[in-house]
Amino acid sequence: MFEDFFYLLRDVGIPVSFTEWMTLQDALDKNLDNQSLLAFYYMARSILVKDIKYYDQYDQAFAFYFKDKTLPDKVRQQLLDWLKNPANRRGLMQRFPDFFEGIDLDKLREDFEKLMREQKERHDGGNRWIGTGGESPFGNSGVNPAGIRVGGSGGGHMALQVAMDRKFQNYRHDIVLDTRQIKVALKKLRNLRRFGVDDELDLDETIDKTCKNCGDIDLVFRPPKKNQVKVALFMDAGGSMEPFANLVNVLFSAAHASNHFKDFKYFFFHNCIYEYVFTDIQLEKKVPTAQVVRELDKDYKVIIVGDASMAPYELTTAYGAISYYNQSESPGIEWLKRFERHFKKIIWLNPLDARYWNGWTTLAIGQIFKMFPLTIQGLDEAVKALL
Amino acid sequence: MDMTDNSEFNIFTGSDDYIASPELQNIVNVAITLGKPLLIRGEPGTGKTKLAYSIAKALDKRLITWNIKSTTKAKDGCYIYDTVQRLNDSRFGDNDISDIKQYIKLGQLGEAFVDAGNVVLLIDEIDKADIEFPNDLLNELDEMQFTVQETKETIQAPTRPIVVITSNAEKELPDAFLRRCIFFYIEFPDEKMMADIVRVHFPDLEDNILKACMKKFYNLRDIKGLRKKPSTSELLDWIGVILKSGVDVDTIEKKYPFIGVLVKKEQDYAYLKSSSQFRDSKLE
Repeated sequence: MFEDFFYLLRDVGIPVSFTEWMTLQDALDKNLDNQSLLAFYYMARSILVKDIKYYDQYDQAFAFYFKDKTLPDKVRQQLLDWLKNPANRRGLMQRFPDFFEGIDLDKLREDFEKLMREQKERHDGGNRWIGTGGESPFGNSGVNPAGIRVGGSGGGHMALQVAMDRKFQNYRHDIVLDTRQIKVALKKLRNLRRFGVDDELDLDETIDKTCKNCGDIDLVFRPPKKNQVKVALFMDAGGSMEPFANLVNVLFSAAHASNHFKDFKYFFFHNCIYEYVFTDIQLEKKVPTAQVVRELDKDYKVIIVGDASMAPYELTTAYGAISYYNQSESPGIEWLKRFERHFKKIIWLNPLDARYWNGWTTLAIGQIFKMFPLTIQGLDEAVKALL
Repeated sequence: MDMTDNSEFNIFTGSDDYIASPELQNIVNVAITLGKPLLIRGEPGTGKTKLAYSIAKALDKRLITWNIKSTTKAKDGCYIYDTVQRLNDSRFGDNDISDIKQYIKLGQLGEAFVDAGNVVLLIDEIDKADIEFPNDLLNELDEMQFTVQETKETIQAPTRPIVVITSNAEKELPDAFLRRCIFFYIEFPDEKMMADIVRVHFPDLEDNILKACMKKFYNLRDIKGLRKKPSTSELLDWIGVILKSGVDVDTIEKKYPFIGVLVKKEQDYAYLKSSSQFRDSKLE
């Protein structure tokens, strides 16, 4: 049932798996939707969509599928058949006496059929689900004749209205790399050594000592293994990086949240690294680059993120920096070379597609540092190069 | 079609100290019936953890809480083999050390499996653990069994226990794990629902005080730039303090008495003090 809804969800970019789809079928078999479209809306969402960032797509797909196309033909026929059976009507009347006061059910059915016809014709023109005003008398009366309860006592909302509210619009972010993928990649960046308080039982050593002790137990403890890797991240926050701001943000938050580094430092710069770098993305709080280099020892793994695209003079001329307030006696390229000399491991991540790495400055920087694309694969390779 | 057909399925309807929205109630029941873990996310203070308490209470089951920390290992949840105790016993000979079984201590997951029909297992803040933690749990949660390596004994759940998992993080959980869960995002309660929640905790609260408090509370939440927006639990604490101190409605409307209960971050407090949005009501 509803197979095309499954494909619609996948088409709008929600990663619904077949397993989840089968779970939904299972739930429907068990009547867990209580025959209510509203309950179905929530249930299907809970089973199929596991991240709030997809809720908006889900809402749109749901509204499109269940309104624009109206109900699938089979269900619609079932609705009509059901309504024609007087026994069912009686049940409805008993259940909701207030609702049916003054409502002529035959008239209601006629209206419903008419509405169905109209909607089909009207919407076939390709207009996607415009017309939120189209609350049918059915939605309002809170009872859908096939036993599909739409609203009513459930919560006062029609499922479609809930879907069309698109409350989750702001949660949506179409990102290429997600935090988890980056975290997994960064996790490989480790160098485990024992460090800290002795609170881990060293079993081998304990057995050894105990044996030497003629069976008198001698417990040996040791410090647990801890990651010794220290990371410094330098991010370009300049104008040409604007399109990648989101991507860099994700990288930053993933690295920042990775609590397995021994130390994590981050700085921002504009186009190229000059005499000062900044500790905030607004480029207001500056620290002398020389001081940074002095304070970070050579074992820091340095990751520079930037598109390496600038005017050649910004890289090679003294006082070439584009920002008036960040002028520098040494040209940018000298600072980069100084980084390269100081740190043992240093790489450059470039968010630009590698096809566009033929700019003069990109090539020049590429000769100083190993450059990798800011993709999962690129990040994996970069991490390997850093170890 | 009779809608009461599913009455035996519809079991969770909230408890007397917890208000669950109808859609949440339904999802809880869906998860229980399908035997899938229920993954709950939402703003802090929306009652993610309390939901598990409420399910346990409403269904008269024992709650087993597994608080996840950064050092938690999936295996610890199954069982712990207390080697040190055994080593120690071997020295004094108090126990029969050849019986390894007595040194196997079941973890929360293991306990929940043994008593599966009568428990609700809460795995709280799963995102706190190592990034691979959820993957390590997959097999156990799928098969509802694990083997104690030392004794070759298999701990198997006779039926699927109710499992509630809470998470704060954005997208930290692996897809394979997510596929097996039923997911629900608890939205911040709207005013009507919030009023219901407050009523549960303060049944005798006067209407005008409730109204004034709610108004101030939602005003505060609407202010942009707060690092930590006050949540349900803060509102409840605040109303509690206001009732105890006997502050009158007028004061609540004009000022923010005891704002420290609502705003807990120093930066937020400083921000509010300087904020133009706050000129009409004094902070203390």
